Amino acid sequence: MATEEKKNAAAQQGFVYAPLIAGWLVPGAGHFLLRKWGRGALLAASILGMFATGLAMQGKLYTSVHDILDILCTAGDLGTGLLYLVSRMLGLGAEQVQTVTADWGARFIVVAGLLNVIAAVDAHNLRTGRKS
Amino acid sequence: MTHFAAVVLFALFASTVFGITSRETPMRMLRYGIYCFVLFVGSAIAISWVMYFIAR
Repeated sequence: MATEEKKNAAAQQGFVYAPLIAGWLVPGAGHFLLRKWGRGALLAASILGMFATGLAMQGKLYTSVHDILDILCTAGDLGTGLLYLVSRMLGLGAEQVQTVTADWGARFIVVAGLLNVIAAVDAHNLRTGRKS
Repeated sequence: MTHFAAVVLFALFASTVFGITSRETPMRMLRYGIYCFVLFVGSAIAISWVMYFIAR
């Protein structure tokens, strides 16, 4: 019992949101902060792979907030953190979706963002001791 | 890229993240990841056949 309380107290020390923020900004970084190298590497490879595949398929990076679907897709894209911002700065991604493949590419990018949010929350749960 | 290649890539990436984030031990992560992958690809194939017969 006392050991459990000590463990919980140790888990709450420091800035507990660091893995969450790091994981959101850079895929896998939250797990790397917690020295979960294997999990972090697999998460980073999956999320970066999905994002890169989306860009390679001429997927669109959403920027507009004109209708509800655009807002949701922009929110999904923002889940990739710095990847989205850097890609926007470099002018990557298509302006318009003109082919079926490009439409899939846009979905790949949105889902990469959503998966990155899941991974960042997982890092936060590991940090707080909610998950081992 | 073919439709099937896109499905397999999507399933592979998503299943990896689902497996790691949804389970706690490496073996259970692997099993759940494979389960998700099979469901993703299997359901895509099943729905594709349904659409094939609807279109005929």
